[in-house]
Amino acid sequence: MDFYVLGQQIVNGLVLGSTYGLIAVGYTMVYGIIGMINFAHGEVYMVSAYLTAIGLAVLAYFGISNPWLLIGLTMVFAIVFTSLLGVTIERLAYRPLRRANRLAPLISAIGVSLILQNYVQLSQGAKNQGVPTLVEGVFRMGSEDHFFQITYMQMVIIIVAILAMAILNFVVQHTALGRACRATQQDRQMAQILGIDTDKVIALVFGIGAALAAVAGVLITLNYGSFDFFVGFVTGVKAFTAAVLGGIGSLPGAMLGGILLGLAESLFAGFVSSDYKDVFAFALLVGILIFRPSGLLGKPTVEKV
Amino acid sequence: MSRRPVSRTMLLSLFAALITLILTGPLSGLVLNGYDFTTRFAAPLQIAAMVLILRFIAGLLPASWLAPKQKHEVEPRAPRFKTYQLVLGGLVLYLALASLVLFASKYWLAVGIMALIYVLLGLGLNVVVGFAGLLDLGFVGFYAVGAYGYALGHQYLGLGFWAAIPLAALLAGMFGMILGFPVLRMHGDYLAIVTLGFGEIIRLVLNNWMAFTGGPNGVDAPAPTFFGWEFKANVTQGGVPFHEVWGLEYSSGMLDAFIFLVLLAVVGLTLYAVSRLRGMPIGRAWEALREDEIACRSLGLNHVWTKLSAFAMGASIGGVAGVFFAASQGFVSPISFSFFESALVLAIVVLGGLGSVYGVILAALFLTLMPEVLREFADYRILIFGFAMVLIMIWRPRGIIQQRRPFFKRAGS
Repeated sequence: MDFYVLGQQIVNGLVLGSTYGLIAVGYTMVYGIIGMINFAHGEVYMVSAYLTAIGLAVLAYFGISNPWLLIGLTMVFAIVFTSLLGVTIERLAYRPLRRANRLAPLISAIGVSLILQNYVQLSQGAKNQGVPTLVEGVFRMGSEDHFFQITYMQMVIIIVAILAMAILNFVVQHTALGRACRATQQDRQMAQILGIDTDKVIALVFGIGAALAAVAGVLITLNYGSFDFFVGFVTGVKAFTAAVLGGIGSLPGAMLGGILLGLAESLFAGFVSSDYKDVFAFALLVGILIFRPSGLLGKPTVEKV
Repeated sequence: MSRRPVSRTMLLSLFAALITLILTGPLSGLVLNGYDFTTRFAAPLQIAAMVLILRFIAGLLPASWLAPKQKHEVEPRAPRFKTYQLVLGGLVLYLALASLVLFASKYWLAVGIMALIYVLLGLGLNVVVGFAGLLDLGFVGFYAVGAYGYALGHQYLGLGFWAAIPLAALLAGMFGMILGFPVLRMHGDYLAIVTLGFGEIIRLVLNNWMAFTGGPNGVDAPAPTFFGWEFKANVTQGGVPFHEVWGLEYSSGMLDAFIFLVLLAVVGLTLYAVSRLRGMPIGRAWEALREDEIACRSLGLNHVWTKLSAFAMGASIGGVAGVFFAASQGFVSPISFSFFESALVLAIVVLGGLGSVYGVILAALFLTLMPEVLREFADYRILIFGFAMVLIMIWRPRGIIQQRRPFFKRAGS
């Protein structure tokens, strides 16, 4: 096994994995708090990819060319817009179904993802879109023709992902908002009795999840440069796999699952077959759900009558 | 019934329109064009105006109209017809529909075939989702197994159309069992995601296994024959041309007409089988399991067999639909079996009312024929499906057509 190829795949895997982790947070928090799979979360990420391109185009129109300013402003724009979208989706498509049977919110979520996909396709066209490369330059290790590299953009991704997770962790663990979130997750009825507006908390969780998906969307879009209205599905399923792998409902689990999945996928693509890397990810998802549905860090659920 | 004040409705409508304007502003108003953009500010304004009006109208309607309607989940009803009446009625209906073949153009025959294929798919998925309550998001996998079973079976084993139908049903049913086995312990959303994973795995394998399936290039599927008659201009499978036997002039619609007639009969038989299954012990077990698994198991119902049989039954129907799809297209490729297809069939089942057989047929016909009738509708088709799925879940979770459960009267009572 070539050390440099291995190193390169590990770098790629970490980068991929940290973005999976960011999206996985949205799945895991929503599942933790209302026990539903927000199937439309992948499409929220897809929307943020479009917002990135639109934001960059508008900023360029106003003559801003500093790449860091561009990235920062685009990210703020994408986060604000996408969290509003997340909250709106929750309000319209999921809140009325709080008391319905378990299938209803899931079907409604599939409906929402069809709406988002088709809406973006209709408004922006079906063709591939792209963004210009903003951050150039690489950091190389090894000799001239035998090396592995990490681009500056990849470094930005890892740093921003860590930063975002740290902020999220702080909010959840050390603020009143986070306490309300955790209380609602543990026992919604009791939290309500104690005066927590659980509807607001749930909306907030959707907003946070969407915001992190927007962070991931901006980062991935800037890194790969191209996207279409269909990217939400596969990325969404993989991020969900990451959430399940780490133990759904667990925040550190989402990040851990994301990184493990990213590493596994890029090592598989590098050393086994890149054609079958999606098959591998899906097979991993199926395998975990069958053999260890509670994931690595999750608690097993007991069904009560 | 209390009416909400109009001023409040107005305020809420304005708020909804404002949110819509913000949300659709960048996506509809600024259209990407390379790294640049063009503006189209009218679009978000139009959408917001539409939301304003709709929200206002919805606010003026009495609240009870918009409340979820699910009080009478199931209405009992005695069977209205005797079996021979049903058979006779079915035959008459079949002949009536079959006579359409004489007037329809090749184009409309192709549309009719696709509509019937979706009816079949809807009936199959309805067994799994509607009756047994197992949300299967990978249904298209079984459809693919049927279609590829026919195309590859012909290529490697020389199987014909008629042999392929039962074999595809068997093969897809076996796949259903195999895939159903590991997910027995799961329910609800985990099951949905695992089946989604299975469906995607099947598609990706078909797409990447170049040596066996031809990969993205697909495989040719042979045209069906009937006792050695072939419905093409030139004989390719060692039979005789149909039009020469009957002294007719050749027309390219003959093949489609033939497929349509066979498919119509298959749909009829499936419909009969599925509606009879509901009244049988196995069908009742499916529905009981959907309502409460723990209670069923406590009462000694074999949940393993019940779930597997639902999966297998639904999958076989999907497999048969796949054979007809391959036969009518003459060609199969993995593109036809994306997740979107599963979502579409799910939309059909949901729109028709989970568990309602006739609702599913109506929904399938509506969703496939509507885009043909209304060209403008075609672009917005998926958008409308999406909204319909959300609205129906909120407003009428049991579908537009409320299902009725047949029951049997004891003789003499």
